[in-house]
Amino acid sequence: MSVETTSQPAPAPQDGQSPLLQLVGIKKWFPIKQGIIFQKAVGNVHAVDGVDLAIYPGETVGLVGETGCGKSTLARVVMRLYDATEGQVFFQGQDITGLSGRKLRDIRREIQMIFQDPYASLNGRKTVGSIIAEPYRIHKTVPTDKIKSEVQQVMELVGLNPEHYNRYPHEFSGGQRQRIGVARALALKPKLIVCDEPVSALDVSIQAQILNLLEDLQAEFNLTYLFIAHDLSVVKHVSDRVAVMYLGKIVEMATGDTLYQNPKHPYTGALLSAVPIPDPNLASQKRRIILEGDVPSPINPPSGCRFHPRCPRAQLPQCSTEEPELTPHHPGQVAACYFPLQDRAIMAAAATPAEGDTGSEPVQS
Amino acid sequence: MAEPLLEVKDLKVHFPTEDGLVKAVDGISFSVSSGETLGVVGESGSGKSVGFLTVMGLVTSKQAIIEGQVIFQGQDLLTLPQDEMRNIRGAKMGMVFQDPMSSLHPFYRVGDQIGEAVRTHQKVSKKEAAEMAVDMLKRVGIPRPDERARQYPHEYSGGMRQRAMIAMSLVLNPDLLIADEPTTALDVTVQAQILDLIDRLREEFNAAVVIITHDLGVVAEHCDDIQVMYAGRIVETGDAKDIYYEAHHPYTWGLLQSIARMDVATDRLRPIKGLPPSLIQVPPGCAFNPRCPYVMDICKKERPELIPSNGHHASACHLSLAEKERIFHEDVVATS
Repeated sequence: MSVETTSQPAPAPQDGQSPLLQLVGIKKWFPIKQGIIFQKAVGNVHAVDGVDLAIYPGETVGLVGETGCGKSTLARVVMRLYDATEGQVFFQGQDITGLSGRKLRDIRREIQMIFQDPYASLNGRKTVGSIIAEPYRIHKTVPTDKIKSEVQQVMELVGLNPEHYNRYPHEFSGGQRQRIGVARALALKPKLIVCDEPVSALDVSIQAQILNLLEDLQAEFNLTYLFIAHDLSVVKHVSDRVAVMYLGKIVEMATGDTLYQNPKHPYTGALLSAVPIPDPNLASQKRRIILEGDVPSPINPPSGCRFHPRCPRAQLPQCSTEEPELTPHHPGQVAACYFPLQDRAIMAAAATPAEGDTGSEPVQS
Repeated sequence: MAEPLLEVKDLKVHFPTEDGLVKAVDGISFSVSSGETLGVVGESGSGKSVGFLTVMGLVTSKQAIIEGQVIFQGQDLLTLPQDEMRNIRGAKMGMVFQDPMSSLHPFYRVGDQIGEAVRTHQKVSKKEAAEMAVDMLKRVGIPRPDERARQYPHEYSGGMRQRAMIAMSLVLNPDLLIADEPTTALDVTVQAQILDLIDRLREEFNAAVVIITHDLGVVAEHCDDIQVMYAGRIVETGDAKDIYYEAHHPYTWGLLQSIARMDVATDRLRPIKGLPPSLIQVPPGCAFNPRCPYVMDICKKERPELIPSNGHHASACHLSLAEKERIFHEDVVATS
């Protein structure tokens, strides 16, 4: 576990294993411009505001958070689709933040992405064969005459019928289209695959098929995943470690089980308690932390702890003036909170109400 | 139990197309009483939305073939002329749609849109309607409602828009609220707020609520009765405990096994093999037979009827009851 709070330029290997991907102090701000002729920046959207994260080979790191917390922006910074405003991205120990041209292309071969919407991310005018063949053509890893057989191999690998090589995306169902997306990401045998909401557009029974496929491929090719989703159950199922983001920052990180049983950050607690559980008895025992209001604007994030205006445990003035750092709790768990939740705060073994965290919907009538 | 508020009897909705007859809904019967929440679960194309759009009288395609009865407060809605239907829709039945951005008009202020719903059905002045709109926004938990009523939908966040939609459908105090995937487009925290709101309003107004969803978690927490739909038919129905602890249909088992859960560590999900059938060519016999791991010869020939096992728990499957109980406890519960 290494989420470092210092912005040292050199990534420090831990446990003798060096991370495949390491993010150090990543910030991505989008300027807000005003003016017609002379545009000047009047503010910034702090989409990602200081994220440190290390991902080790062969593991799956989940990233969860609500809409607008910066998780997709972070993914795009990792992919080098956006340039970070500040901070560095290390891939296999090499700083890839400033790479361009040929060197960047070499790195892109190693990092691929699976997108959310299999309908929008495939070119409807190209056949499946040519969509999956495109990475080979660009990166020239395979001689031209071998491309077709390579593509058919990859198609078979992801559970598509290789005879469908000449079909168009619209002839496939949602789940099969997502398989095409997976095949395209897999074509160059990357080391890291960034999955941005890969199953949220699919039906439940199809979701399970894709999740199992991703698991099988990981075992077969020793892939490393950065798995982004807003569905906590899915993230917990696939991930070795889960990072929770709120307003551009990671507020808590732990293994899936620890996070579920003993969330420390009140925001994690609120997220977990909001997930509906498909079990009527358990659901009625669950303790709810209901958040009021919406996520604040990332243009002017709240001072101190960014969660304090919505936090049921916030104690002023500390929470509104000092920003908490990620501190260790259980093994492998870090959380940025001055007043962390007690163990088993959400799914209590015995149903005893805890002080102050049972909230109910604000009734105004 | 009192007379049900809504009773649907053998409803069929078929659409003739160039490729053949689409049997979107193929014979469903159920009832909902006041103060009750019915959960309707199914994947895309199972007919759950079309069924309830028909109940609302919103399937207006002239080609559509609609058969059966939709009895609401003693009246068969399918025989009513359009203008009488219009008086009922909105006033006595409200509907909340999945995507609040596309169901609110972007050019009109939120308060005016809610007021319009009032003025369509009641003879009130514009001012009164506006007051009712503000009051309703307040009741669904929107802060500073008088200010918010003057804003446009784009100034609202996703959760707020869904609240506004709920306010609009509840402003006339309907007896039945149909929520079609009300939270699918929302974050979990907002989803929890909206579902709690629907629960609270149901108690307050003693309305009947139908929640259409694909999320088994949502129905477990918020519904009294659940019906599972597959290929235009109800394959299993019962109360929440029947469905989660005594499920009797292989499709329900498949759904329960294919979801990733927060509360249990699952090594591997067990997806349902194959794809849902095309509604033009529904497999003969039981529609689920090509995907069913327990398929028998009879399943390919005879369509199973929805047969009650105890109380109002019923399933449409040829397996014997003892067999269903054995499989559920040995294969489904033990491994999920």
